[in-house]
Amino acid sequence: MKKRLVVIGNGMAGVACVEQILKHTQNFDITIFGDETHVNYNRIMLSSVLAGEKEFDDIVLNGIDWYRQNDITPRLGLRIESIDSVAKTVTDVDGGVTPYDKLIFATGSSAFIPPMEGVKKSGVFVFRTYDDTRQLLELSGPGIKAVVIGGGLLGLEAARGLQVQGCDVTVVHLGDTLMDRQLDPAGGGYLRAKMEAMGMQVLCGRSTEALLGGSHVEGIRFKDGEVIEANLVVIAAGIKPNSALAKTAGVSVNRGIIVNDLMETSDPDIYAVGECTEHNGQLFGLVAPLWEQGKVLAAAITGVGGLSFNGSSPAAKLKIMGVEVFSAGNFDCSRPGVEAVKYEDSSLGIYKKLVLKDGHLEGVILVGDASDDHRYMDWLRTNKDLTSQRRHLLTPPPAEDAGGDVAAIPESETICGCMGVTKGDIIHAIHTHGVCNIAQLKDKTRASTGCGSCTNMCKSLLRAVAPEFEEDKVKVLCDCVPFPQDKIREMIQSQRLKSVQEVLDIYGNGRGCEVCKPAISYLVDVVWCGDHEEDRSARFINDRVHANIQKDGTFSVVPRMRGGVTTPAELRKIADVADKYNVPLVKVTGSQRIDLLGVKKEDLPKMWEDLGMPSGQAYAKGLRMVKTCVGDEYCRFGTQSALSTGIELERRLENLYTPHKTKLAVVGCPRNCAEATVKDIGLIGQEGSWQVVVGGAAGKGVRKADLLITVETTELALEAAEVFFQYYRENGHYLERSYDFVERIGIEKIRRETVYSTDDVRAGLLDRLRKSKDRSSDAWLERNNPRATQFVQIEPMQMQYQGEELAAK
Amino acid sequence: MNTLTEQWIQITPTSEVPLREGREVKLGSINIALFNLGDRWMALENRCPHGHGPLADGIVGGYGTATTVTCPMHSRRICLDSGAVVKPLGQGGPCVRTFPVKVEDGIVMLDIQDSKAREVAA
Ligand code: SRM
Ligand SMILES: Cc1cc2nc3c(=O)[nH]c(=O)nc-3n(C[C@H](O)[C@H](O)[C@H](O)COP(=O)(O)OP(=O)(O)OC[C@H]3O[C@@H](n4cnc5c(N)ncnc54)[C@H](O)[C@@H]3O)c2cc1C
Ligand code: SF4
Ligand code: FES
Repeated sequence: MKKRLVVIGNGMAGVACVEQILKHTQNFDITIFGDETHVNYNRIMLSSVLAGEKEFDDIVLNGIDWYRQNDITPRLGLRIESIDSVAKTVTDVDGGVTPYDKLIFATGSSAFIPPMEGVKKSGVFVFRTYDDTRQLLELSGPGIKAVVIGGGLLGLEAARGLQVQGCDVTVVHLGDTLMDRQLDPAGGGYLRAKMEAMGMQVLCGRSTEALLGGSHVEGIRFKDGEVIEANLVVIAAGIKPNSALAKTAGVSVNRGIIVNDLMETSDPDIYAVGECTEHNGQLFGLVAPLWEQGKVLAAAITGVGGLSFNGSSPAAKLKIMGVEVFSAGNFDCSRPGVEAVKYEDSSLGIYKKLVLKDGHLEGVILVGDASDDHRYMDWLRTNKDLTSQRRHLLTPPPAEDAGGDVAAIPESETICGCMGVTKGDIIHAIHTHGVCNIAQLKDKTRASTGCGSCTNMCKSLLRAVAPEFEEDKVKVLCDCVPFPQDKIREMIQSQRLKSVQEVLDIYGNGRGCEVCKPAISYLVDVVWCGDHEEDRSARFINDRVHANIQKDGTFSVVPRMRGGVTTPAELRKIADVADKYNVPLVKVTGSQRIDLLGVKKEDLPKMWEDLGMPSGQAYAKGLRMVKTCVGDEYCRFGTQSALSTGIELERRLENLYTPHKTKLAVVGCPRNCAEATVKDIGLIGQEGSWQVVVGGAAGKGVRKADLLITVETTELALEAAEVFFQYYRENGHYLERSYDFVERIGIEKIRRETVYSTDDVRAGLLDRLRKSKDRSSDAWLERNNPRATQFVQIEPMQMQYQGEELAAK
Repeated sequence: MNTLTEQWIQITPTSEVPLREGREVKLGSINIALFNLGDRWMALENRCPHGHGPLADGIVGGYGTATTVTCPMHSRRICLDSGAVVKPLGQGGPCVRTFPVKVEDGIVMLDIQDSKAREVAA
């Protein structure tokens, strides 16, 4: 008969331990009690849920199917109240009695609430469970003054999350510097500067005496009498093990449940794992050692044996996008024989400190750049002799192949610190299980299921090793800023980020690349209706010099010719300019205008000046042109004024950026001479009305545009086009043409949210379009006010060497 | 020219190259792309090994641990420190020549006496 195993606690350590037990044997009849109502989830990721980066579904570790498949009885939302270790039963809050042969405590810990008045008021929270997180999400938002008590890992992550939700956040910390358990004062100072730069207030050395207000919190008072306003308070001042229940079982308890190296308690049939335990006087607050404990316990309880738990060297990493903080080991330098090696760059906010003893690493602190954390962890874990490496402790010698630095990592090195997965484990999983994407890797090895900071490293490994590497299903913008575009748009808005660099610094790797920089340039522009900080370095060369680069490095010049209509005077000017600058090719384009090809970069501003015409933006991801037919002004079949309508439409939209290039056409009748049915937006005149169509294509593929609306007046047709144009600007992904956009969103939804939506939604779209339009201008006017050496080669100040001399050597 | 000592040439005030952008400098027969990365300046020959694209017109960014510029023509990524093509690996052709740069009193200076540059000239 199967033995009955009861686990109290459905959290991270308990369930991870059960997973390990299942690897050894199916011979237990397992019941897991959890007083939270949710399936086993990744508590670590609650910070990301609060910061809006993840949802509950993303952080589930074992869904309900897992319990079913493994014949485990989950008793969720049910608290165990007492234990009878003689009768070997547990009693739940409903009075139900469940017998066990073996019992595991995995009750975790609870938030520690320091003694102070008023903690029972509404608006006062701790940050431990998904339910806490959900309530915080509900209550936070712009205008809310949030105070987080506690400037440790948890407090800072809570603070950042609340800030992302729009709250005005103050962090109150008892110690003199932030994260003083993990950082020295200098490191804490750098961290503080980063948090403040994100717009948070930080008050250190403050002891909170009371939470003020009526039934709802309104402020807090410090011991020194100072009072600050608060309508949301989160207490994150530490944790205390949930060990009281074990006392009812007669098990030895100090602060935590006392366990030996095999995770046995003082009762031979009772084990404990996780934050509720105390081992050699040590308590735990991070998952890595708990994972280790689970493995040991599983080996012990199943009789497999062979493992023992020896405590752990704590390593902590702050999970705030853009604030890299890592700390591990013992960094106390006051001990004899201990020395520190430091690197500091105050303007970049980078601080690194290694603490060494007898040539071995004892502790490490990294702030501002934690990219080498795995290397230091490996040195700590293996107690590596660093004498020969002394010169390169903080500056690794450049790798042979800078792009493929995963190759240089030894197989024994841990990649996922939370789950203790080494590079060797990952390679093994790739080779033996055919793992080829992150989801499979998580499933097979558990790598990257903890705090997620190793995900990029895992991906690089997969990319390098797995023959059939598959990118993730969720399409992120780029490895530099690994979020979907919609998310980035939200973050730009909620965090009020106005420049590309801010987005890269806070949500990315600080550097970006040619894929993400132009995309973010577009997003900050559109979110702030042009009131952003323009950063030319983030734009493709075409958008820096307002011309299209050619294969030989020259450029093309396409002046705007609204509606394809020109004049003899304009044509004369174009001819003169082409002569004056020896333009190699003058061509009528496929879009009803004229292209001057093969122009030298330095000639661009002069040529624009001589032309005196606005830019046709033939280089931009923006409005290109509105093609027209002659329409009822001249054509005998014309039913509507295509010419004047097309020219007006072009005037309303010109100079604006769009996710990808946007091409329009207006035709006077359904004969469609200017091909409006295959344009991004087309206006088709008919007797007494206009059809407005969107999402057409005749490029790489051909797609007939969908009907957006039929309207009676020209003004309404123009407005429908504008409403759609702005909707596409706000919802399209960068480099998504309207034909893909319309398919992705669906024309029905688009109609509902644009032309058939409420008056204020339409007014909002038009209003934002007008704002952007007001801030935009003809790019070629930059000729009068170029940005530093934008169009010219730099002439060296000192010309010592002539080409001939150099060549002669 | 037969000394191997450093020979710094004054190029331009730092203000002439905006942050994280590149500019072209013609020095004798060599066309150089000069980059302002804020905390440091980099210089390499302004000629992509793939199809001679103008690297000074590229976008500066990162790839792995390397700081790179992406050629505006077909997006080869060139490491600014080593001049090697880091993406796509093995498809880039030879390294681009790099040159030492320093800033003194707000003036960017280049050293093309550097041995690598001598090879260029040879
Ligand atoms: C100059 C022009 C050809 C011509 O001589 O007529 C042209 C030239 C280029 N087209 Fe085009 N397209 C030109 C009209 C068109 C048209 C016709 C039209 O606009 O009605 C189309 C089909 C409609 C459309 O846009 O879908 C067209 C579909 C494309 C495509 C395919 C787009 C698609 O998603 O299907 C590309 C590639 C892309 O955008 O990814 C492209 C890309 C290009 C680029 C920009 C390639 C590049 O990235 O360098 C060419 C620049 C050449 C150069 O060296 O300057 N060009 N191209 C036309 C400029 C129009 C203008 O006055 O602004
Ligand atoms: C927001 C946040 C961020 C964190 N970030 C990190 C991080 O980046 N890195 C890291 O290593 N660690 C982090 N941690 C800590 C990590 O989550 C814990 O170390 C880990 O969850 C502890 O696992 P556990 O199983 O011991 O406890 P828990 O996960 O808390 O599980 C215990 C479970 O037992 C239940 N329980 C308790 N008593 C009873 C009872 N009598 N009857 C029934 N059920 C009961 C509890 O409700 C709980 O569900 C973070 C924690 C939080 C809250
Ligand atoms: S059809 Fe091709 S070759 Fe011709 S202009 Fe367009 S992109 Fe260039
Ligand atoms: S010329 Fe540089 S990538 Fe082709």
